[in-house]
Amino acid sequence: MRGTGKGKRPREPYRAVGAWVEGQPGAELRRKSAHAESMFRRTGITFAVYGAHEAAERLIPFDIIPRVISAAEWRRLAAGIEQRVRALNAFMYDIYHRQEILRAGRVPADLVIQNAAFVPEMMGAEPPRGIYSHIMGIDIVRTSENDFFVLEDNTRTPSGVSYMLENRETMMHMCPDLFGLNRVAPVERYPEDLRATLESVAPTNLDREPTIVVLTPGLHNSAYFEHSFLADRMGVELVEGQDLVVTGGRLMMKTTQGLQQVDVVYRRIDDDYLDPLVFNPDSVLGVPGLFDLYRAGRVTIVNAPGAGIADDKSIYSYVPEIIEFYTGRPPILKNVHTYNCRNPDDLAYVLENMADLVVKETHGSGGYGMLVGPTSTRAQVEAFRGKVKATPERYIAQPTLALSTCPVLTDEGLSPRHVDLRPFVLLGDKMRLTPGGLTRVALKKGSLVVNSSQGGGTKDTWVLEE
Amino acid sequence: MLGRTANDLFWMARYIERAENIARLLEVGHRLTLLPHEGGEAEWRSTLRSAGCEPGYFNRHETIATSQVCNYLLLDRDNPSSVYSCLSTARRNARAQRTAITRDMWEALNAAWIEFPTIAAARIEANALPDLFDWIRDRSALFRGALLNTILRNDTFYFTQLGTFLERADNTARILDTKYYVLLPENELVGGGVDSAQWAAILRSVSAHRSFRWVYRDAFKPWHIADFLILNPQMPRSLRSCYAEISAALAGLEHSYGGPTPCHARAEETLGRLVANDMNGILQTGLHDFLGGVITGNNLLASDIAAAYHFNG
Repeated sequence: MRGTGKGKRPREPYRAVGAWVEGQPGAELRRKSAHAESMFRRTGITFAVYGAHEAAERLIPFDIIPRVISAAEWRRLAAGIEQRVRALNAFMYDIYHRQEILRAGRVPADLVIQNAAFVPEMMGAEPPRGIYSHIMGIDIVRTSENDFFVLEDNTRTPSGVSYMLENRETMMHMCPDLFGLNRVAPVERYPEDLRATLESVAPTNLDREPTIVVLTPGLHNSAYFEHSFLADRMGVELVEGQDLVVTGGRLMMKTTQGLQQVDVVYRRIDDDYLDPLVFNPDSVLGVPGLFDLYRAGRVTIVNAPGAGIADDKSIYSYVPEIIEFYTGRPPILKNVHTYNCRNPDDLAYVLENMADLVVKETHGSGGYGMLVGPTSTRAQVEAFRGKVKATPERYIAQPTLALSTCPVLTDEGLSPRHVDLRPFVLLGDKMRLTPGGLTRVALKKGSLVVNSSQGGGTKDTWVLEE
Repeated sequence: MLGRTANDLFWMARYIERAENIARLLEVGHRLTLLPHEGGEAEWRSTLRSAGCEPGYFNRHETIATSQVCNYLLLDRDNPSSVYSCLSTARRNARAQRTAITRDMWEALNAAWIEFPTIAAARIEANALPDLFDWIRDRSALFRGALLNTILRNDTFYFTQLGTFLERADNTARILDTKYYVLLPENELVGGGVDSAQWAAILRSVSAHRSFRWVYRDAFKPWHIADFLILNPQMPRSLRSCYAEISAALAGLEHSYGGPTPCHARAEETLGRLVANDMNGILQTGLHDFLGGVITGNNLLASDIAAAYHFNG
């Protein structure tokens, strides 16, 4: 394949894709790419950009060259993901109960207890099957053939799974011949898996099939397309807070035939907005009384309130400890070395080496509130240095990794761009991991930021079967 | 189904139907201005009245001019019944209920919404309004075809049917009421070329100037036109056909939900009057009064349906 790096050959899993690309007539790939974009727009796979005009709906750029992962590589990743997901759930059960890990001094107690993502109201609550984060997206980067690092564990409401599914649909539509040349593991089971996972954590002692809903903040949320997509694919109602009411100790939705009981809420709104009686009193997105019902085991909220504590950026650096503590084994997937600016030694190092580091706000997300040292101007670095000095506990820093690249189609032909990978994992009666995930790609040459809000795009991600 | 979902589906269907009806009305109005002897201003006035847009238009414009009327009914964002507003509202309702509608329906509607501003600007620029009217009708047909071919025959279908046929009944009644005086029998005597053009225009505005001939065979007689649009069960835009569909949709809901609701009685009563009546009876009551009664009945039925099925929670 052309353009995959200076004189480098594409790795083995790409052999068939490379040959296929070579065989395409010049303008054909560009034509397919344009067609794919118009398909996305017609389907309405758009996201809203906060701060932009209210009606703004944008497409996430889609790159037509798939990313390929071999079966052996995937097996290793899958084992590492399962270990991590189970350990993080054990961690959450522990910190909302006996807090053994804090007593053992393996994670600093104040880091958990004083964390904004820690929800004290969850102390002693018993979520079905003891699971807090049923739906996770683990962000992984690769730095060499055999080195995978976890960048972030998204344990609250990870998004992007609809892009994974639609990217595959689009690729199968645009390039059917390419699928004939490879044995690509299907991803289309995800909605069924999600539904099975949600059913498996319904309140116990139901004498009927559980009624599931997806709770969305509404049309103007940036991920609204995904909310409706998932509800549709699972065949469940997509509701807003205004469609739900707590009455007679039950959660009800307002239907054309009156009130109907709801058992499982897959919520896509933040903890703060879930229930104005317990959390943010100004919230109109949530349902008054929902949290009490949840604590009483009358309804299941997925992911559980307080699940954000496990993906807090300041907790992240302790995840290897957490894995060892609950599983007794070393982590399979590595963590990126992280400097916690709350520690004076780390802070000194970060201030000294800021231009070489990635500095992140612990509570930021979506690529906002971060500094990528090597690609920033001196003035930007200085401005950030001031912020870190003022409130060091709010920042962490990591070395910039030599992220792997994948070929993408550009105006000048194929060209390498940095990528990450977000596999989607479900935990209920068992773990369900979809082979592949969402590959995000930094479309700007040399950029390391893959977030869609910062000019990132996506690709179809293939796990090859043997 | 959520009450909010039923509400959105009902209005999505109404607004698509309305966009199509506005395009038909404009097509006829535009055509009449091309004929000799026609008072363009009076025609546009009755077009605005049939569209229910007369007061809104005069809030904005003092005089009647073809380009202003077309702009107001096609593109004006402040006119809730302009084709642009209809498509936007329908699309917003559809987007809020992506889970309830099929991909085919969504794509037909979303594509129409995306393309309309560009197409409209280009056709107006090229002085090709008839092309634009065709385009709007095509999009509506595409949406309706997608709906009929892909939607589950459950409450989703019934609520869209209710929206479509209540809007259509309203439209047909308004067109007739705006022009009722040219349909009165005494006009046959005075009716020269002018009225004959008016009769043809009424039929065109419901795409029925050819089918009329197949049903009645003789030259346009005003009461035949009224009969065709009010009572004829073969004519798909007649009040009787609309109410037969409304009644069938309510029966479908009754069947799926197990039990009638108060709005059924009102729809049945209107349908009963349309089935039992003939034109003589209607003309004796007074055509204008009869149509006024139908229009009021449509509004009452719409609010009964909204209450019976918890449209607002």
